[in-house]
This record gives sequence, C-alpha cells and structure tokens, in this order.
Amino acid sequence: MSESRIEVTGVYRTYTDVNGGEVTALQEVSLSINKGEFISIIGPSGCGKTTLLRLMAGLDTPELGTLSLDGAEIHSPSPERGYVFQQSSLFPWLTVERNIAAGLKARGVFRQNKDEIQKYIDMVGLCGFERSYPHQISGGMAQRAAIARSLINHPAVLLLDEPMGALDSFTRADLQDKLLELWKTDGTTMILVTHDVDEAIYLSDRLVIMTPRPGKISEIITIKLGRPRNRGSQDFLSLRKQVLETLNLASAVPEQEYSL
Amino acid sequence: MKFIISTVMTLSGFLLAEIVSVIVPTKSPGVDDRAYRVILAGLFILYLGMAAYAAFKPERREKFNKRAPFRLAMGLALMVWDLLGTKFLILPMPFFPGPSQITWVFVDERGLLFGHILFSLRLYFFGFTSGVILGVGTGVLIGWFARANYWIMPILKMTGVIPAVAWMPFALTVFPSSLIAGCFLVSMCGWFPIGFQTARGIANTPKVYFEVAETIGGKEWYQLFHIALPNALPSIFTGVATANGLAFTTLVMTEMMGARGGLGYYINWAKAWSSYYKVYAAIIIMAVLFSLIMKLIAFIQGRALIWQRGLVNERVSN
Ligand SMILES: Nc1ncnc2c1ncn2[C@@H]1O[C@H](COP(=O)(O)OP(=O)(O)OP(=O)(O)O)[C@@H](O)[C@H]1O
Ligand SMILES: [Mg+2]
Repeated sequence: MSESRIEVTGVYRTYTDVNGGEVTALQEVSLSINKGEFISIIGPSGCGKTTLLRLMAGLDTPELGTLSLDGAEIHSPSPERGYVFQQSSLFPWLTVERNIAAGLKARGVFRQNKDEIQKYIDMVGLCGFERSYPHQISGGMAQRAAIARSLINHPAVLLLDEPMGALDSFTRADLQDKLLELWKTDGTTMILVTHDVDEAIYLSDRLVIMTPRPGKISEIITIKLGRPRNRGSQDFLSLRKQVLETLNLASAVPEQEYSL
Repeated sequence: MKFIISTVMTLSGFLLAEIVSVIVPTKSPGVDDRAYRVILAGLFILYLGMAAYAAFKPERREKFNKRAPFRLAMGLALMVWDLLGTKFLILPMPFFPGPSQITWVFVDERGLLFGHILFSLRLYFFGFTSGVILGVGTGVLIGWFARANYWIMPILKMTGVIPAVAWMPFALTVFPSSLIAGCFLVSMCGWFPIGFQTARGIANTPKVYFEVAETIGGKEWYQLFHIALPNALPSIFTGVATANGLAFTTLVMTEMMGARGGLGYYINWAKAWSSYYKVYAAIIIMAVLFSLIMKLIAFIQGRALIWQRGLVNERVSN
C-alpha cells in the first residue's frame, strides 16, 4: 500500500488571461499518491483542481516541476490514466454501448475484448440503455457511461473531475457507492476532484485541500474512518467540522458553500 | 365523418376530371386521351388506396384530411386545364398544350424518354458521387492538415465561387467525351460547398472530444475518422444539400449545351421542333426524378444522422 504511484514535484502552471495578465493556477504543488489509494482534491472554484488533474492526465504540461507515474515521466495522455471530464464528454454520435466500446476501438483491441463491454455496462448500471444516444439519458447516467469508457481500458489511475457535480444528492450517493465498488474490485488508484466535503470524507483515504490565488495545496488530511462509512456517525461529523474549518481558514469563504 | 368528407373531396376532383375528359367533345383532332385518362384513373385508385390505408389510424386520418382540399384542387385544376387546353382550344397553341397531349408523350416516346432519363441519371450519379468524394476529401485535407489548408484553401475559395457551367467550354475541349465533361461539371458543383462544409465541421469539433480520444488511447487516425469526421457529418450534409441544388441546374444546362443526350438535350431538341408538349413532358419527368433524388438523399441523411434526432430543433414537416 505504501508503494508510490503518482509523484507530483514542485509543479507550477501559469495561464495568461484575456487582458494579458498572469494567473498562477498552480504554485509549488507537490503530492505523492500511493498505489490503490483513493484521493480527493477539494477546494473553492478556481483553485486549480482541474489544472492539476489535467497535468496528471498529460493533457497539459507544467512550466516548472515534474509529474510521473510509476517512475516514468508523464508528458502526454495515455489510456492507463483514465480521465472523466468535468463537463459532459460522451460522443453524441455514438450510442451508450459504442461510447463505452470506444475505449477499446481507440486502442485497436476491440475484437479481443468485445465481451468486456456488457460487463462494464452492467457494472455502471446502464443495462437496458445500450442503444440510447447520450442526449436520451440523464446527466448521471452519462457520467457513469463516461466512467465505464475509461475503466474498460483498465487504467492504473482514474482521474475524476467532479463527476457528480450536477447530480442531485440521491443519484450522487448511488454513484459514490458504485465508485467505491469499482475501486475495491479493480484496485484502481482513484483521484477525485470535488466541491463536496461529505463526498470527499465518505470516499477517500486522504483529502487534499487546495486554496486559490495562487492555487496551492494547503493541507492533506488522512481519513482513518473504517469502511463502509456512515455519514451520520459522530466521527464522520467531527471530521467534517474539522475539514470545513480548515477550508474556511484557508480560503475565508462562507461555510454554506461546502455543506450539502 | 370528417374523414368521409375528406375522402369524397380527395376523389371527386379526379373523378370530375375523368368524366369531363370522357364526355365533353373535343376541338383538337388527333389528340390521344388514353394516357391522360389512365393517369387520372391511376390517381383515383392511388388515393382510394391511401384512404383505405389511413382509415384505421387517427394520426394517418388526420394527415389525409389535411391534404384533402389540396388534392381536390389538383383534380379540378386538371379538369379546367383539360377544358381550356384540349377540349375548347382556348389556350394559345402550340405553347400551352392540354394535359392529354403532354401525358401521351410518356406513352408515345417512352423508349426515347427512357434512354434520356438513363443518360441524365448516369451523368448525375457519376458526377455527384465523385463530387461528394472530392468534396469530403478536400474538406478533410484542408480541415485537418495545416499545410494542405495553406495551399488548397485559397484555390477552393477562388474557384469555388465560379458557377460550374462557366467551365463548360474548357471541359468540352479537355475531356474526351461529353459524358466525362458533364460529370466533371456536376462534380465541380459538389466540390466547393461540400469541401468547405466538411472543413468547417472538422474545425468546429469541440476540443474535449479530442482530449477524450487521447485519454482512451486514440491516435491521429482515430481522432480524424472517429471524432472529427462524425462531428462534421451534419455539416457535410448541409454541403450536400447545397451542392445538390447546383448539380441539378448544372446537369440540365450541360445537357442543353454540350451533351449528346439527357432530359435537357431532349427539351432542346423538342423545342427546335416547336413540340412544346414534349418540353412539358420532360419537365414533369425532371420534377419527379429530382424530387425522388432529394427524397433519397434525405433518407440517407436521416439514417446517418439518427443520433441527432431530438438533439437539434426539428424543422416543421408535414
Ligand atoms: N485555459 C485557461 N486559460 C486561462 N486561464 C485559465 C485556463 N484554465 C484555467 N485558468 C485559470 O486557472 C485557474 C484555475 O482553474 P481551474 O480550472 O483549475 O479551477 P478549478 O479548481 O477546477 O475550478 P472549478 O472548481 O470551478 O472547476 C482559474 O483562475 C482559471 O481562471
Ligand atoms: Mg474544474
């Protein structure tokens, strides 16, 4: 469990805004993520969560610092680092089934692994919607399909950018349990970006708190609660209070934004 | 009840026209009414069949009812035209023949017409297909490869605005046969709009789809053929629709001016003999033929873009 999988060292990323001014999206970010770990990254809007995740995916490169997976430097995207985008990203011209199969097609291993498709459809609970097009299913179903599309490539790491951002709390809880299930069965390292403190505590082994302007990691909290976790337990609630206080202290943003 | 009235309305127009054709004595000798009468009877039976087909489903009845007044008017118009054009010879001859004269051409010259129809279809098919292939190919080149864009885009922009028929003198001298020259002109119609729209569709692909493709392991060919091209497909069909309209025009003009056959050629030839009724017959065939081609393209488009159904605003259809 202590084997390191992703290593982020001293990463800087600066954007130029429309006025030509500089926005420091990430400053001096270092993070070490263990194999099979479930990590949540939490922080207010604009603190660089997506930026950090994109760097880990290889969709973007840092100005300074390095990122590596199992010791190999990350310089471009790869199917071993699955990515679920913040916005809806299913291909509108493909059915749910074919969207999920796209992971296989893109790597040119469709024929050998055909039977895996149905397995992943069942796993994310989309049975009966194989032939639907993305616009015919709900937002939550679309995110589940996007997760299946990444998982079918058996990634070592799954990067999730607020996959539950637009969901109601009921669907959200359902999808959270699905994620935990997948995490347990496949042993995938999970890195989840979220706005939701409860979600982060419920799911993760460690919680990375980020602060904006400039975006950096302010604290990393290890969550020692046993699984399955109870959202109403005393330990859970006190941890929640602690995280919220840390967040408030760090960013001085009203508390309401982080409660459900 | 409403449905019965509609049925009567639909059928009575054609029935009246038929009765007039049989009963009213004619002033034009030597005009053969048989084809006209058979067509009227055919229309009568067709709409009778459609009424039977519509009778048991409310939404079909609704559609049938809605069209009844138009069909009545159609029958009555034929009747009036028959009276003015053939029966009483009130319309000036030979410019405005009656329906009997025109429809008889379909029987009298069927072999000749069939040959010309085949000629037109062949020209259209080879010309337009190669235009689509050329257009999509060019579009992919300029939409995907920056270098190709640099060299080809200005040429496409300049030559694209030239009406295809302007190339006719050039085409007729350069190509060995007038058929190939015609195909070239028709395909030129497809090249510009389809090429342009393909490139536009590719360029407008949301970046996130390419990023998804990269994270699931898609290389450049996957990005082009599984992301950019499907995304460009609606746009490509816009280009095809534009090209199609131009292709019809060019097809007929080519046949009128250069080719050795085809409906355009037939029209020219009939006009030279002042056989205007044959001109009208050919025009009717063109109307039917081109409508069928449009229907075919719409069908293919509906199939190819089935994923868009319910995603985009559907246009008013009847
Ligand atoms: N392509 C870009 N061009 C310019 N600035 C950018 C770009 N992408 C991000 N930024 C800036 O970098 C900062 C961090 O953005 P990022 O998207 O990583 O935030 P985030 O934490 O994911 O926010 P949210 O929770 O709202 O998704 C923001 O201030 C944003 O304005
Ligand atoms: Mg974000």
